[in-house]
Amino acid sequence: MTKTTAARPTAPEAIAVRPVRTPPPVRDRRRRRLADQARAYAFLVGGLLCFALFSWYPAIRAVVIAFQKYTPGSPPEWVGTANFTRVLHDPEFTAAWRNTLTFTLLALLIGFAVPFVLALVLNELRHAKAFFRVAVYLPVMIPPVVSALLWKWFYDPGTGLANEALRFLHLPTSNWSNGADTALVSLVLVATWANMGGTVLIYLAALQSIPGELYEAAELDGANLLQRIRHVTIPQTRFVILMLMLLQVIATMQVFTEPFVITGGGPENATVTVLYLIYKYAFLYNDFGGACALSVMLLLVLGAFSALYLRLTRSSEEGA
Amino acid sequence: MSDVRTLVSPATLARPRGRAVYWSVFTGVVVLFTLAFLFPVYWMVTGAAKSPDEVAQTPPTLVPKHWHLSGYTDAWDLMQLPQHLWNTVVQAAGAWLFQLVLCTAAAYALSRLRPAFGKVILGGILATLMVPAQALVVPKYLTVADLPLIHTSLLNDPLGIWLPAVANAFNLYLLKRFFDQLPRDVLEAAEIDGAGRLRTLWSIVLPMSRPVLGVVSIFALVAVWQDFLWPLMVFSDTDKQPISVALVQLSQNIQLTVLIAAMVIASIPMVALFLVFQRHIIAGISAGSTKG
Repeated sequence: MTKTTAARPTAPEAIAVRPVRTPPPVRDRRRRRLADQARAYAFLVGGLLCFALFSWYPAIRAVVIAFQKYTPGSPPEWVGTANFTRVLHDPEFTAAWRNTLTFTLLALLIGFAVPFVLALVLNELRHAKAFFRVAVYLPVMIPPVVSALLWKWFYDPGTGLANEALRFLHLPTSNWSNGADTALVSLVLVATWANMGGTVLIYLAALQSIPGELYEAAELDGANLLQRIRHVTIPQTRFVILMLMLLQVIATMQVFTEPFVITGGGPENATVTVLYLIYKYAFLYNDFGGACALSVMLLLVLGAFSALYLRLTRSSEEGA
Repeated sequence: MSDVRTLVSPATLARPRGRAVYWSVFTGVVVLFTLAFLFPVYWMVTGAAKSPDEVAQTPPTLVPKHWHLSGYTDAWDLMQLPQHLWNTVVQAAGAWLFQLVLCTAAAYALSRLRPAFGKVILGGILATLMVPAQALVVPKYLTVADLPLIHTSLLNDPLGIWLPAVANAFNLYLLKRFFDQLPRDVLEAAEIDGAGRLRTLWSIVLPMSRPVLGVVSIFALVAVWQDFLWPLMVFSDTDKQPISVALVQLSQNIQLTVLIAAMVIASIPMVALFLVFQRHIIAGISAGSTKG
């Protein structure tokens, strides 16, 4: 460390001496640069190793194992595309993708419209702001496993809170997560309840950044409430809306905890998701080749969405 | 309260009719939020205090007839909650420490020390943001089960949580972006005064980075505490499982009130963290963090 500081002209005397001194020989400069690099890499190496081991290497391995018959402990065998054909012919494969896509679509409809409307209303309220923010974010801080178990109890057809509420209102009761046609929607409700807080807060922040003059101008032009929402609020927040939508697609396509804890994939495979199927291939069937083939497929789909997301964020940063 | 102009104009709100509409909407939202977000939590806390008969009764009771604390004490003893809570604390604290040390050092190097291939490395790190973590759990599991070259298994070991937690591109990028924005002259002044790189990082950069370190710390702690799939894979040994995994494994054959009590206990640390730091957490999310 002393070497670098000594070589730098720090005091006036050093500057005065400079014309007399010849520039340091190339070898010295190179050695110093090498030492700088060594120091930089000393800082970098721990993090770099973790990324290499737990992000980059597994990504490559997923692709490799997808074409292998892989059993831990014995040497892998190349099997070509056999894993893909086996997985594609699994009746659960179609069910898993159908469920995942339906789940994502429902989560978008419910988990996207509801927070937006809530944020819109909250932004107009002038009182108890802290209460609203804390209340809406509280479920996010409850561990997802606890939310899932909690709603599993609520969905109990006999004594669960959900049916008690329906009975209280004199409405017909439902099978909720225990019925083949209601199970998926029930899980979407849980996921929305548990994750909505973050979305609401981000929308609120976006709404607060809309300049008030825009609303004033619109009002002077005679725009009513709905017209103001359509022509001021939505265009002004369009980018945040789009970004959160994509993030939500990416997040919900990886749903696992809710189906695993609440329904176990049932009834009749109605709630098996792609990630759940990956888990089953690996840990129930001991078929790591099939699990990796599935992972690669999921990766390609999610990667496309992520690329779109990154492209959008980058273009906005450049625009700003 | 604030004079910020929003959708509805202050003039409309000031009229008697506007005020009536405002207060009815306000009351409606308070009721809705209470029912939707607070009531389920209330139901959980009181459900655990009911007797097993009362919790299964139709129609249910709004307030427990007798407050039984036995649900909570049974959960504490029967489900070995102290053990699982301690496991979770160890896993979360270690992941936090590893992330703080290694991610900060790496972010500092990438931001300030101009390592060779720094751009390539940063690109590789950011690329992992495009590859959602959950899709890679199986090959990651196989890697952790048999580390390349040294052939050691990190299964059933907290290191299996700690080390993969460091590979968090989001937090690393957050730190790097913050370091990029630190004023150059301050850092150069430190260098001229003879401070080495470690010294500059420790006594100049880190004290200036308190806000971002706070955000990263909260993200790191919450992520480990809330995670389920990864610890489910890593810990097959029941005694080492964190609370989230243990709850699900034990939920099958335990009395309902005891399970609910355990759920309440499992939620307390994170809810308490939130209530203490709520202003920072909410401000952090609102500041445009895209981790929705």
